Amino acid sequence: MDLINSFRDKDKILALSKIIKQRSKKPLNIMEICGGHTHSIMKFGLPQLVGEHINFIHGPGCPVCIMPRSRIDEAIAIASIDGVIFCTLADMLRVPGSKGSLAELRAGGADIRALYSPLDTITIAKENLDKKVVFFAIGFETTTPMSAVVVEQAINLNLQNLFIHLNHVTVPAPVRAIMSDKDVKIDAFLGPSHVSVITGSKIYEELANEFKTPIAVSGFEPLDLMDSILNLVNQHQNGTYKVYNEYARVVTKDGNQKAKELINRYFEPCDFEWRGLGVIKDSGLRLRDEFDYLDAKKYFNIEVGESKESKACICGEILRGKAKPYDCKVFGKVCNPQNPIGSCMVSGEGACAAYYKYSKRG
Amino acid sequence: MQKIMLAHGGGGQEMNDLINGLIFKIFNNEILSQNNDSAILNLSGKLAFSTDSFVVSPTKFSGGDIGKIAVCGTANDLAMVGAKPRYISCALIIEEGLDINELKDILSSMKSTADEAGVAIVCGDTKVVSKGSCDKIFINTSGVGEIIKEVRIENLKSGARVLLSGDVGRHGAVVLASRNELRLQSHLQSDCKPLYKIVEALLNAGITPLAMRDATRGGLSAVLNEWAKACKRDIKISEDSIAVSDEVMGICEILGFEPYELANEGTFVLAVEPKDEIKAVEILREFNSNANSIGEILDSNKSNVIIQNSYGATRFMEPPKGELLPRIC
Repeated sequence: MDLINSFRDKDKILALSKIIKQRSKKPLNIMEICGGHTHSIMKFGLPQLVGEHINFIHGPGCPVCIMPRSRIDEAIAIASIDGVIFCTLADMLRVPGSKGSLAELRAGGADIRALYSPLDTITIAKENLDKKVVFFAIGFETTTPMSAVVVEQAINLNLQNLFIHLNHVTVPAPVRAIMSDKDVKIDAFLGPSHVSVITGSKIYEELANEFKTPIAVSGFEPLDLMDSILNLVNQHQNGTYKVYNEYARVVTKDGNQKAKELINRYFEPCDFEWRGLGVIKDSGLRLRDEFDYLDAKKYFNIEVGESKESKACICGEILRGKAKPYDCKVFGKVCNPQNPIGSCMVSGEGACAAYYKYSKRG
Repeated sequence: MQKIMLAHGGGGQEMNDLINGLIFKIFNNEILSQNNDSAILNLSGKLAFSTDSFVVSPTKFSGGDIGKIAVCGTANDLAMVGAKPRYISCALIIEEGLDINELKDILSSMKSTADEAGVAIVCGDTKVVSKGSCDKIFINTSGVGEIIKEVRIENLKSGARVLLSGDVGRHGAVVLASRNELRLQSHLQSDCKPLYKIVEALLNAGITPLAMRDATRGGLSAVLNEWAKACKRDIKISEDSIAVSDEVMGICEILGFEPYELANEGTFVLAVEPKDEIKAVEILREFNSNANSIGEILDSNKSNVIIQNSYGATRFMEPPKGELLPRIC
């Protein structure tokens, strides 16, 4: 199977476009939970193919966007310590903290490394036994198993110089928080397929029932999305609210058991402060007590003061589905990818970055 | 194995041995061997003059190395303004500890590329810096070429057709795949090559390019956005007409990059009058079957690059910004 072109087939996409437009007869607000979906929707120009009734709303599913400034400030405090090699994934480098970004700190001489794989931290730790190596672990259920593998290998190899700053979060909690807000009008969800590869499609069943809202677990290619959108349109018309597993080629109902066991072995739920959403109970993960000697925040005894978000930026409203990037006064003007004010403009998966890149300038 | 020592840059016997025993021997040409303080050149008419510095990690990759790029980069910049590249300089900044055999390979690659491009390396400079001060080797080349047909960016205008000389993203994808941290296996080769022969074929066929630019760092996207800004016009491109190899597309999909933003070292963008479009594509295809006409400059004044996909939807092709960082998940 051609894993790219088969899912970008022009005839099939146009056929789906026609059916969606025919069947879509009333306004339908679809929240794409994941920033990857926002990028696909904008990159492939899907709003132009689905008709006037469908309104896409960006959700809280970008690991960079949802990170509160306090955690960036903690990262910067740790990375500033002499003898620390601070390892992070790509986009986190550019997120502005209260006193600049990790990229700025790196330019000032701090040893900060952008990784392609979390497992690179193991190699770095083995090669730098005289240094303290810290991995800034971020992301949803998709990236959590890799962080659990890092923990497992650090333990198995008895690495005394490797620590984790854990910032993993889960998808269902913020969706519930958003849906519990009466001002938010969302009729359907696109659920990220890569999350469900790990968790299974069943994580959405309770949500779909509780809020009587259909959810499609969707891949990221345009054909995946068009098929998922058609399903959501049909469900909206028929008044059903099932979980549709569009990505059945990889996603099962129960997910990857081994990965889930690995996560549970080392991590446990904790409250997490989300950018724009506030503290959500049990929405994040922390190291289990028996492994907390690996916790970088505890090891380095880091305390940062109050971290204030920029007043000009409405990332919080955007992440709650209450505003579009265009609604932000600084969008595309003061805030742009070269000078991001809020994290939504930073990440390759951020809503503002997607809208700026593909659709509209300020 | 012999290594570069700081003494090789000290101005004494070791440096003399390196320059005369290795560099002059490999580059070997009459002007260089005269060993004057400056190269004495024989040029006439209008000249083009260009300079560029080359830092690439790893220094050797599939389809080329830093030496080949160092010659192609400057020779191609000259070719893009309609100049026949004639002479280039070579300034080396070498990190202490570099294997002399590795240096020899890089210099030999420069020499064979220079021969292919029809240029002579006629002057240069060598500095050795302490370990950690640079990444193995940095090379600066400057070059002069004789203008055969002057090509200026200011000629861009509404209605001009935009052509691409080959598929895009190969060089950037090869360098990414070659990096140790990625460990990607690929048969992909860089597109790195001298371009003047193609330009010469176009000129010989009576085609006057309105503008040309090799799509190096920033890729196709950077060139088109620069052009849109320069001529204060929208440029509309058809996505279907841009060739991207499956391997480049695969690497981009894994890492979350756009192939249009990846570097090329032997692919260029060309704007021509509508009357020259078919002939120019025909000539370009003699050198690369992936060459194509990809779009046109519109009669509007917004300076956007608009890309239309096969199912009719349009979006902007934004210029690349910041570091090229892979996606998180």
